[in-house]
Amino acid sequence: MTVSSSTLKLAPEAEARIDDLQRRYPTKAATLLPVLWEIQTQVGWLPQEWMAYAAARCEVPVSKVLGVVSFYTMFHQEQPGRHHVQVCRNISCTMLGAEAILACVREKLGVTNGGRTADGKFSLEEVECLAGCSWGPVVQINRTYHENMTPEKTAQLLDSLE
Amino acid sequence: MTKIITKNWGVKDSHLLSVARANGVYSNLERVLKTPIAPKDVVEAVKKSGLRGRGGAGFPAGMKWSFVPQNTGKPIYLCVNADESEPGTNKDREILERDPHLMIEGALIAAWAIGCRTVFFYIRGEFDLPERRIRAAAEEAMKAGIVGDNVMGSGWSCDFIVHRGAGAYICGEETGLISSLEGGRGEPKIKPPFPAVKGAFGCPTVVNNVETLCAVPWIMEHGGEAYAKIGTEKSPGTKVISVSGRVKRPGNYEIPLGYGLKDLIDNECGGMQDGYRLKAVIPGGSSVPVMKPEQVATLKLDYESCQAHGTFLGSAGCIVVDHTQDMVKLLHVLARFYSHESCGQCTPCREGTGWAYRILTKIVQGRGTKKDIDTLRSLTQQMDGATICALASALVMPVQSFLKQFPEEFEAKVQETVPA
Repeated sequence: MTVSSSTLKLAPEAEARIDDLQRRYPTKAATLLPVLWEIQTQVGWLPQEWMAYAAARCEVPVSKVLGVVSFYTMFHQEQPGRHHVQVCRNISCTMLGAEAILACVREKLGVTNGGRTADGKFSLEEVECLAGCSWGPVVQINRTYHENMTPEKTAQLLDSLE
Repeated sequence: MTKIITKNWGVKDSHLLSVARANGVYSNLERVLKTPIAPKDVVEAVKKSGLRGRGGAGFPAGMKWSFVPQNTGKPIYLCVNADESEPGTNKDREILERDPHLMIEGALIAAWAIGCRTVFFYIRGEFDLPERRIRAAAEEAMKAGIVGDNVMGSGWSCDFIVHRGAGAYICGEETGLISSLEGGRGEPKIKPPFPAVKGAFGCPTVVNNVETLCAVPWIMEHGGEAYAKIGTEKSPGTKVISVSGRVKRPGNYEIPLGYGLKDLIDNECGGMQDGYRLKAVIPGGSSVPVMKPEQVATLKLDYESCQAHGTFLGSAGCIVVDHTQDMVKLLHVLARFYSHESCGQCTPCREGTGWAYRILTKIVQGRGTKKDIDTLRSLTQQMDGATICALASALVMPVQSFLKQFPEEFEAKVQETVPA
């Protein structure tokens, strides 16, 4: 197995957190998801050179990293907008009006599922159940949940973001 | 009604260690370790309680623990399944937000019982507040000597690692979770070997749901027999039910198992919202067969009554469907979901869920024929039970039950033959 090398480094606190986890996990390969999260938190997405860094850090082939990154919906291979708008489209939110929320977001931002505004401010992703069914419709922006949404509240929320 | 899982939910700042200690959290762990109550006696108490897994499958927790071999010389792992993703279900999320220390206490007692020194807490990637709460709680507990080396001065040590998922429904399946924990794609593995024998990193592993573990401290305090007296004979204890849809007060409710579904909707949830009538309920999360109002009237929320009604308690995510909803459209939404979440390993699932979604897209768009409905039936018959995990069956059940319970809605949308 060829293990790639990388000259990239994360912020010292992040490197220390990874070192700590690699002492506690039974294998270095198992720290791949935590390492990818550290990268995405710092860089905002997962460019190829950083996937190579993750491969070297976890002692796995780059192909494996790409396989993992492409499997999970939350790992971004392209840079999302500063405000990544995730609208739940699953059953409870649909019953409570998710389609109207989506129509509102699409119209306001002028993008469809997977799209990003030209200024890089917003991106839109239609997502599956966020476990907020009792308080739907749910919109998640970056990591923050917004529940019991209406198209009006959604429009106000988007307008309020810098 | 006895509250076991949600008993501290009304207390201000119940997520903080000082408040949790005042609520009695960790007192049972302390007693187990300091007495000490032998691991096999903890397993025995949980077996006696009849506690069944609350993630969906309902497997007896004590029995699962007793399958762990103690003589392999390998480490033993406990994975807490906090990858709550079953549509309709939002109970674990609220448990973690409100009482993360109860969760940690339950996990540590379980770890002690099975001889585990490292707990992996697998939390779904989207969860923000729950992750911050469990990380803060674990850190507070570590500083207080409750987690880590020499737990509560007992000489026993147990690490607690929070592992964040990254968006994949299938990681809630226990072997998919293990694949993901090991650093891979969340692909389920063929059983046997079962995780209890060969799980994470090839070592004996128990995977337990959040709510299951939260019942353990109460069982240690009051005894397995006391727990078994709550609920019904075959479904002992309490269960947190998530209710969504157009009821007046949706949310999470802890009820004794055997409680009436109609009572829950009418009493706890305040009935349907004004102007909305009950059309159907999917009682156990989106994967289980749908019930019509006459079935809802007699269904009790326990494993046996659900089965007698032709459905499952599952994760107890009660999706209440009102009379304005189009069942074909809702099934289309579910088919899209399962097709999106299929990991792709097994052909019947990868191709079948996508095919079902494409057929339903045709029907929703008014391009479907009667033959398409027949194809949905025969296709799902072939998918059922033909795969490594239950994801394919999790679409088969809604498809077959929607077609059986609401055939007129599907027939009204299709034509005899392909339109010209």
